[in-house]
Amino acid sequence: MTKPISVAAKTRQIVKKHGGGKSAMIAVLQDIQEAFNYLPKEALKAAAKAMNVPMSRVYEAATFYTAFSLKPRGKHIVKICKGTACHVRGAAVLQDRFETTLGIKPGETTKDGKFSLETVNCVGACALGPVVVINADYHGQVTISKVDKIIKKINEEGAKS
Amino acid sequence: MNENPDTQARQIIDNLTLYYGPKKKFIAICAGTGCRASGSLKVKEALEAELKKQNLSEVDVLATGCLGFCEKGPMLVVHPDKYFYQHVRVEDVPEIISKTVAKGEVISRLLYRHPETKKTLFREEDLPFYKKQLRVVFGQNGMIDPSRIEDYFAINGYQALGKVLAEMTPEGVISEVKKAGLRGRGGGGFHAAVKWEGVRKAKGDPKYVIANGDEGDPGAYMDRSLMEGNPHSVIEGMIIGAYAVGSNQGYIYVRNEYPLAVTHLTKAIADAREMGLLGKNILGTDFSFDIQITKGAGAFVCGESSALFASVEGRAGEPRAKYVHAVEKGLYDKPTVLNNVETWANVPLIINKGADWYNSIGTEGSKGTKIFSLVGKINNTGLIEVPMGTTLYEIIYDMGGGIPNGRKFKAVQTGGPSGGCIPESLLDIPVDFDKLYEVGSMMGSGGMIVMDETSCMVDVARYFLEFLKEESCGKCVPCREGVRRMSDILEDICAGKGREGDVEILEAMGKAIADGSLCALGGSAPNPVLSTIRYFREEYDAHIRDHRCPAGVCKALITYSIDAEKCTGCGVCVKVCATQAITGEKKKAHVIDKDKCTRCGACIQSCKFDAIHVK
Repeated sequence: MTKPISVAAKTRQIVKKHGGGKSAMIAVLQDIQEAFNYLPKEALKAAAKAMNVPMSRVYEAATFYTAFSLKPRGKHIVKICKGTACHVRGAAVLQDRFETTLGIKPGETTKDGKFSLETVNCVGACALGPVVVINADYHGQVTISKVDKIIKKINEEGAKS
Repeated sequence: MNENPDTQARQIIDNLTLYYGPKKKFIAICAGTGCRASGSLKVKEALEAELKKQNLSEVDVLATGCLGFCEKGPMLVVHPDKYFYQHVRVEDVPEIISKTVAKGEVISRLLYRHPETKKTLFREEDLPFYKKQLRVVFGQNGMIDPSRIEDYFAINGYQALGKVLAEMTPEGVISEVKKAGLRGRGGGGFHAAVKWEGVRKAKGDPKYVIANGDEGDPGAYMDRSLMEGNPHSVIEGMIIGAYAVGSNQGYIYVRNEYPLAVTHLTKAIADAREMGLLGKNILGTDFSFDIQITKGAGAFVCGESSALFASVEGRAGEPRAKYVHAVEKGLYDKPTVLNNVETWANVPLIINKGADWYNSIGTEGSKGTKIFSLVGKINNTGLIEVPMGTTLYEIIYDMGGGIPNGRKFKAVQTGGPSGGCIPESLLDIPVDFDKLYEVGSMMGSGGMIVMDETSCMVDVARYFLEFLKEESCGKCVPCREGVRRMSDILEDICAGKGREGDVEILEAMGKAIADGSLCALGGSAPNPVLSTIRYFREEYDAHIRDHRCPAGVCKALITYSIDAEKCTGCGVCVKVCATQAITGEKKKAHVIDKDKCTRCGACIQSCKFDAIHVK
């Protein structure tokens, strides 16, 4: 067992790994998000201090880029591709289905913390459109009944474990 | 032994080419993101296990980058016969090894069947999708495993670098690229050599070389496929560019959404360093250069040069006014060459085969080939590489195989959110930088999204403006406020609340936004609207005047109904309907309650009898 490490300490490690320079800001935020699944306030404060920049500078980058989330995200992250190729093949229909089934809008997380819904501009798997990426798995040529199956499968897996 | 370090550089590369050089018997299985999603990695494992089992371990299995014909994945090519197998499953593997690899026999069920003649076609180059292509850049993907530098040596990789270091001056490299007529593949079509020359001459130290791999245009993924499938070609191009302009530090800016590209580039850079191709004193010469990867974090505007610099510097990606050019003041206000990934990948080719060869391909103003992603409502989706000047018709019908389900072609969208929609009447135009611009669109990075009669052009314009509204960085007013207002008007039109005169307002605003915006995002943001008004005005009128969406897309303007003659009463639609809007007795025609119906489309997707109509 490794010892639990505080958010601030982990953040300082990350900043150090990237050399401490402020040009590494985005890489630092990416690593923080990877470690905590979102950007905790504590981590942003620690990062500002460790990189010797004002908090506003960290906040600017953290809120400018869509990949960053200031809110905790769910265990399973559903990303609906909204690229043009997926759009003309009916991505909006899939988004509707996810929204009604999960009861959340893009950018939100279900109350049980199981699912977060996000949209992405294009994942670059256009030939498979419409595409939905769940965690790191690409699902291609997704239909409404496939959406139902995917959610059901994740829910069943969750029940087992 | 020659003591001259420059000549020695050439010899090192020659030896590597000779040592690794060309493979004969191997299986190339596509492991691009698309085919991975279809299960190609499992097939790859099975191939390796089966080769071992059948004592054929000398046959190499290459997990290649994208082979282009993504529609048919997982796919593989068996060399040396080059038999092309599509939709390969793990169960097919033992037979592929025992028949095709061991005895050279084809397995006809795995071959591509011509959709019209129904004849099976054996080889990649026989397929209509590949036949008219000229895959000088992208074709290399099929010959290498991108995670192995030795595979790149085997196909003459880094030969161009060896030649440059041994025989060419920096000015000589620039003049060769200039003679070739290489124009930037990222959208602008600016002459690469002019940028290079500018940076070479600019005062300031250090100088930077950057590959733009931000590929933000939705519907475009050729840069992804190059970074994933042939990372060394991009790296080699950058090293040559750095030598030409006098730079020692380079960056590759990769989109956040491309994790596999980052993995392959990282490995490629490490391998190149180890072989002395990157780092201090490259191949023993006094030229030093290294590359660092910077990951984006999901911002379309970062494909714009000055926004990209800001992002590499660790700030929010906001562009700045362009009276200061990047060649003088780019990254950290130092002279900077920024070229797109595909542009860099063209450089080794120009050096190896010569400017005259390169110049002989393409049209008068646009030389060489271009990779396009052919997606949307088209039979053969995937990536194609064609000589500049190929007509849209050839691309869509000869290579793309036309429109699926017997539907009618309506438009092809090129150039991403900065581009426009091109109608059927213009399908005969040759595709190059200038021609696309003339018809109100642009090359962009090379996305071609095909739309059929079920695509609503007003909805497409709305879609792009919504996209651009979200992606506008907010720095300048015309883009931040103007795009938002244009988007609002389009929302209204699609919701049936359009007013007479809206189209004219959109046109006037479009012109003002294009003139007044700070960067190309705002400058070209009105294009999707203006080009759809130009060619599809009648669809706007139908929405505004008749409250009708002719393509049956805009939810507020359509109703669903069930054709009682076609409905068999199977009840499948009842199960998928989220609002319980469909009712009916089993085996009798069902009905839709129009008030409850949200027009989500679930029933249409589930109906096997084509009984649900949209009006």
